[in-house]
Amino acid sequence: MPQIAAQSALRIRQLLKAYKDVVAVDGLELEVHAGECFGLLGPNGAGKTTTVEICEGLTEPDSGDIEVLGRTWTSNAAQLRQRLGIQLQDTQLSEKLTVLETVRLFRSFFRQGEPAAGVIARVQLEEKQNSRVGELSGGQKQRLALACALVGDPDFLFLDEPTTGLDPQARHQLWELIEEFKRSGRTILLTTHYMDEAERLCDRVAIMDHGKVIALGTPRELIATHCTEQLVEFMAGGSGKNLDVPALRAVAGVRDVRTENGAVLLQVSELHTAVPALLAELARQNVPLTELRTHSATLEDVFVTLTGRHLRDE
Amino acid sequence: MSDVPISGVRAADLAGKSPGGNSFADHPLVQLTLVRFREFVREPEALFWVFVFPILLAAGLGIAFRNRPADVLQIAVVSPDLAQSLRQEKLLDVHPLELPAAEEELRTGKVALLAEHGPGGAVVFRYDDTNPEGRAARLLADRAIQRAAGRVDPVSSSDELVREPGSRYIDFLIPGLLGMNLMGSAMWSIGFAIVDARRKKLLKRLVASPMPRAYYLLSFLLSRMALLVIEVAALVGFGALLFHVPVRGSLLELGLLCVLGSLSFCALGLLLASRAKTIEAASGLMNVVMMPMWIASGVFFSSQKFPDAMQPFLKALPLTALIDALRASMLQGAHLGQMISQVAIMLCWMVVCFGLALKLFRWR
Repeated sequence: MPQIAAQSALRIRQLLKAYKDVVAVDGLELEVHAGECFGLLGPNGAGKTTTVEICEGLTEPDSGDIEVLGRTWTSNAAQLRQRLGIQLQDTQLSEKLTVLETVRLFRSFFRQGEPAAGVIARVQLEEKQNSRVGELSGGQKQRLALACALVGDPDFLFLDEPTTGLDPQARHQLWELIEEFKRSGRTILLTTHYMDEAERLCDRVAIMDHGKVIALGTPRELIATHCTEQLVEFMAGGSGKNLDVPALRAVAGVRDVRTENGAVLLQVSELHTAVPALLAELARQNVPLTELRTHSATLEDVFVTLTGRHLRDE
Repeated sequence: MSDVPISGVRAADLAGKSPGGNSFADHPLVQLTLVRFREFVREPEALFWVFVFPILLAAGLGIAFRNRPADVLQIAVVSPDLAQSLRQEKLLDVHPLELPAAEEELRTGKVALLAEHGPGGAVVFRYDDTNPEGRAARLLADRAIQRAAGRVDPVSSSDELVREPGSRYIDFLIPGLLGMNLMGSAMWSIGFAIVDARRKKLLKRLVASPMPRAYYLLSFLLSRMALLVIEVAALVGFGALLFHVPVRGSLLELGLLCVLGSLSFCALGLLLASRAKTIEAASGLMNVVMMPMWIASGVFFSSQKFPDAMQPFLKALPLTALIDALRASMLQGAHLGQMISQVAIMLCWMVVCFGLALKLFRWR
């Protein structure tokens, strides 16, 4: 048993969960390796939270097999609870307690783990440890929630949209803390609808839509498989000089050409060959370049390619 | 650090206990109960309603309904000779007035009775017979006039005054308020806290941790029992010190009754909070359940005032049972054995409500 588990922290087979009239999880198959940070991505309502809560033993699946750390919820719930660190989406911890009191409460539930003050230091809330939870900022509250998840020194950390609603600085701070936990070699399952978050934190990513996994792999693999890797956007011409757009298709390395609000968008495979070729073509047409931007395709582009929708569309 | 992430065996496991932890204070039940106290103490409104309000209410009502020395009744008299006779009666305060002024005072209730001469030496009393003061004034005035005219009573009588603690309104009121307070604090403290935690998804977060679930509910009962001691002591002590309200039964039995009553209301509160997801829904339920008991269980006036047909239902209410038992213990010095039926009613409510609540309870 431990041997199988040593490779697989979470194994989901044929998972099915329906609410009254919505199928939230529809035959999901997933495996999370021990020691990796696995991202579950998808728009709201894709079934991410339902999946995570089934894995956390909070929701009963309609059917399917779940193995967490090599154990099942039906036979090993008590031991499993001791080994998991859980942060739920929008839990409001009691506002009248202080940070230290809150962490100490959660610490008392676990047989192992460092003392409350140590965990508070790890999430950089020492200065706030005697403040009431109600006085904390959004980012501090999320770090406190993370402390409550880390307090039992877990093998497996579940984070459900940990940075939703936070300002950029607070998000970066939280990411650093998650990366630190990751470096200790333990497993993380993270849900998010921020693509930059997944690209930064996750070793592997599953994109979910309508209760199913529609793509799986490392962020780079997904982008390489489903998108052309680079995008070039430029504006050129003006003062009577007209750009010959169709001619751009012949430029080396260009796969697709679109125009959007007067700008031209090129999908290219390699930036270092396409850009010089583009500049040469513009010089040949004698059209001056007024603006040039490039960006790498992101998981967001993968999602758009796969579903035709943007992630944050409702 | 974690090359054996699955087996779960680490140094801390082998050591058995967290390093540097105070094992009693770090017991989950102790921590959960401490949380209950902290949340209660840090809520000034709750402190007011549980401790201060019942005492203010008792003080207010105690003063309003205090037993005053027998009232002196105000009467108006229009004939000087009648005034002379009436002044012999110490319980009457006689106002000699002209007729229009006397009629005005009677009409406005400043005097309870107007005495004047009628035709042929007779005396006429004018008063409102629906006003007890008017009737009392008539009896006193008539007696004074008859005696002044030479009447001798055929049977002699004398008064022996009884103003004993235990039969006054404040004596009736304190056990009623105590019962009402035990009901309110038990139901609100459990119901409100649980529904609030469910609404904030804190309940869900707690069951996602290895917290033993029974401890969570137990922490409410423990903190309630501890606060109950202060609550009961404050109200009973206040009544005893300021109004000399008697506590004739044994203190231990009084304590047991309070604990039993409080537990049955905790059970009822837990039942009402077992599913509700919003504070509004829970408050509605609580008020629907508590309101009839505030009115009909004999907090402020005896439940005997309701029709006979309703009595069996009223007696079966947990607050009626608790208040009846508290009054029997405090005022009559009754023993537990003499209140079997009230104790049984409270036990029934407790067992049935706890059973249902545990069956229906939702953590999310």
